[in-house]
Amino acid sequence: MKTNDIILQTATKVVLFLIILFSIHIFFAGHYTPGGGFVGGLLTSGAIVLLLLAFDMKTVSKILPVNYIHMIAVGLLFAIGTGAGALLFNVPFLTHAFGHVDLPILGDTSLHTATLFDLGVFLVVVGVTMTIIQTIGEDE
Amino acid sequence: MLNTIVLSAILIISAATIGLVYRVIKGPTTPDRVVALDAIGINLVAIVALISIALNTSAYVEVILLIGILAFIGTVAFSKYLEKGVIIENDRDR
Repeated sequence: MKTNDIILQTATKVVLFLIILFSIHIFFAGHYTPGGGFVGGLLTSGAIVLLLLAFDMKTVSKILPVNYIHMIAVGLLFAIGTGAGALLFNVPFLTHAFGHVDLPILGDTSLHTATLFDLGVFLVVVGVTMTIIQTIGEDE
Repeated sequence: MLNTIVLSAILIISAATIGLVYRVIKGPTTPDRVVALDAIGINLVAIVALISIALNTSAYVEVILLIGILAFIGTVAFSKYLEKGVIIENDRDR
């Protein structure tokens, strides 16, 4: 039986971008306040799950042609690479560096290598969550 | 004065949440449980907002949005399961 879920699909098209924007906000807010890569990754995968609920696996894999297992690998590379990069400067593993940089529009900005580490955590969380959901959620 | 009102409101909403937990455990049918779970999410939002007023801080405002989004996705998933029997379809035109 084909059901009519036009309301869910129309609402999803708006709410999806709000959730992704909020997850990006949470990701960058994690620098000084609660938040960070883990919660941001969970929210992003929540947005993709909402897309999967409103549409189907075939449509979503056409919109987002991402291999989530490769995403886990890239995230782990980011996280381990940021940690191991500290060894090149003769400081202990996972030591982070930061500094103030003058960017063209944003002005005096504090840049921190912990953001790169957090980006790795973000990618790993999205990859693992979506792999689990796609594996247990698909029917034969 | 405001503190007393906020604290009593937290108590009342907590009592309502306990009643909803009873409905989730006991509820004869699945739709009863789904509605009760959705209402628990809304009560959680209310409790966080009241605690944010009581502690006079805006640090918990993001938590409200987070609980709202997660409760929404959960309710949609349960509703789709009740309506169609599957949560994630492979091909919806088949």
